[in-house]
Amino acid sequence: MSDFISANLPYLLAGISVGGQYALIAIGYTMVYGILRLINFAHGDVFMVAGLVMIYTTASLPMYVSIPIVLVATVLLGFLIERVAYKPLRSAPRMSVMISAIGVSYLLQNCALYFTGGLPQTYPSIPWLSNSVEIFGATTKMVTVVTPVLTIILVVVLVLLIKYTKIGMAMRAVSRDFETSQLMGIKINSVISFTFVIGCFLAAVGSLLYFTNYQSVIPTSGAMPGLKAFVAAVFGGIGSIPGAVIGAFIIGICENIIKGAGLTTFSDAFTFVLLIVILMVKPTGIFGEKATDKV
Amino acid sequence: MGKKINNALNASVRSPLQKDDKRTDRFVGVVLLAALYVVLFLLDNFLPQNSFTLMMIPVLKKGAIYSLLCVSMNLLNGFTGLFSLGQAGFMLLGAYTYAIFTIPVDQHATVYQYFDGGAIQFSIPEAIGSAIGHNAGSWIGAIIAIILAGIVAAVFAALIGIPVLRLKSDYLAIATLGFAEIIRAVFQWSGLGVITNGSNLLRKYTNLASMKIGSLSFATMFPFLIATVCIGIIVLLINSSYGRAFKAIRDDEIAAEAMGINLFKHKMMSFVISSFFAGVGGALLAMYQTTIQAAAFKTAMTYEILLMVVIGGIGSISGSCIAAFLYTACNEWWLRFLDSGHIGSMSVPFFRDGFRKVVFSVIIMVIVLFFSRGIMGDKELSFAGLVRKFKCRKAAKAASVEAADTDANNTKEAE
Repeated sequence: MSDFISANLPYLLAGISVGGQYALIAIGYTMVYGILRLINFAHGDVFMVAGLVMIYTTASLPMYVSIPIVLVATVLLGFLIERVAYKPLRSAPRMSVMISAIGVSYLLQNCALYFTGGLPQTYPSIPWLSNSVEIFGATTKMVTVVTPVLTIILVVVLVLLIKYTKIGMAMRAVSRDFETSQLMGIKINSVISFTFVIGCFLAAVGSLLYFTNYQSVIPTSGAMPGLKAFVAAVFGGIGSIPGAVIGAFIIGICENIIKGAGLTTFSDAFTFVLLIVILMVKPTGIFGEKATDKV
Repeated sequence: MGKKINNALNASVRSPLQKDDKRTDRFVGVVLLAALYVVLFLLDNFLPQNSFTLMMIPVLKKGAIYSLLCVSMNLLNGFTGLFSLGQAGFMLLGAYTYAIFTIPVDQHATVYQYFDGGAIQFSIPEAIGSAIGHNAGSWIGAIIAIILAGIVAAVFAALIGIPVLRLKSDYLAIATLGFAEIIRAVFQWSGLGVITNGSNLLRKYTNLASMKIGSLSFATMFPFLIATVCIGIIVLLINSSYGRAFKAIRDDEIAAEAMGINLFKHKMMSFVISSFFAGVGGALLAMYQTTIQAAAFKTAMTYEILLMVVIGGIGSISGSCIAAFLYTACNEWWLRFLDSGHIGSMSVPFFRDGFRKVVFSVIIMVIVLFFSRGIMGDKELSFAGLVRKFKCRKAAKAASVEAADTDANNTKEAE
């Protein structure tokens, strides 16, 4: 047993760290889905854009300026996407909104391709996060330790926000019933915008941590983490924030253990197998509320 | 709802006229197709090659292949209302099946150089070719391999459909997308390398250039032939009672079930048939590209086809075809100048590699947001309808002029 642990510790640590990063993205998916019933296909690309913005800002500005700029720019991008691409389609069939989301994802990827010229961009090393530390004999980057802690702090803050503030209450009401909450005087547009702002903020934080580990950004590097985070959200029960976090950690850890077993090709496939299994066995996820279909 | 009933009423009232329309359309369609094939034949063999035809011929080939892929996706997304994003996976299955069974035996050692020449040691075109001659062998062999490609894709679709088709809209989308990714990962796995060549290229299989009779080439005509036959079959299917059942499911699942339509059976049928043609399209794409690699069949490929379907109009076959050609032509030909950095000899600052794609995606977003019906909406291109519309407009104009005249006369008389 101890042999197994010491052999797999680096993978386990990497898994926990990646899991935390997926969790930060997954929250954006789960909150948007909870309110709009929309898979925001563009969310992974927003995450990628955050990485690129970081690269371009650090090229000319110091780190303590560029990190806030990244956070603000990502939040603005998310806000803009919602206003331009999703708001006009609020009463359209669900398929059109999903197609619009795919269109936005295509647009962001192509813009990234244009600006980077298709070359992988090297992510700057953030001073303290990139330092290496030793845990139980395994050498790893500081970011591995920081990620789970930061993730949990952010999630606790978010859960408190949703539970105890007025806007949090409004969000819960809107996700329960769109139309009735509108009748109760909730400004749903501002609630939805706020949801996107939170989701994109967390995605930006996630991108800071994720790319510190992976070091290069290409236009499609947001697609896979995005899909995995979505699977995590489904696994944990879509609409539930703790569920998304737990799902993300499970996916991150399993994926890295599979990589450790020498089956790297299947680490991506595993996530989708998990998705299909969970959809067949318990479609509402671990913490999802049981939805009743109204005819 | 009211509009639908109205349409239905109109259809029943106008039926004799529509039958007439249908006959005209069929006639015009056949004539146009025949003309198209003559042009393609001339293009393949007798017209001189210049920069214009060099750009146009690949666009035509790819356009034909993509129209088949779009129509097959439209059958699922537009006519049955199942939002599936697994197209790239089924195309990959088709492309690989085709390539694996058409690589000549003596080329196996070079293609499968890392896997000891591979496990499958025969090639359909060669086996047939040895019996009835090389040219006929590559035709019949290629067609058999294409059908096989479709069947493999369809079998996988049937297996995948059992768990997946029970899911609702967005879950279905993400699950099919997941399956496409799983298939892509499995095909790149070196454990299956003796069959799939791992993550390496498959090449040297029968491609479009070997579609010849004597010295006459049919390289451009071949994808058109296959695509025409396949799209024809899909159109017949959509106009049959099964097609009506698909549309009923799309419009309202619960009502359709109440009318006695077996939901799962029909969804499965639509899914399997659509995947069959996606497999065929994948095989054609393999023929067109001359080399294939599993890594290329990404989700982005599915998205591209989906966007073509949206541009053409979800639920319109002719729209899908028009959009496929338009998209390919813009992408590979007409909008190339956006990437080149200059218009004519004038250099433009923003134009550089990738700008074309940005312009393209902006256009797509505009279509999605403001013209969500696409080019054709859910209507079909109809020549008789076009002519009648034109005539009607003329008649209306004449009538209004006449009315104005009589009005004028009346007022005069009153005076």
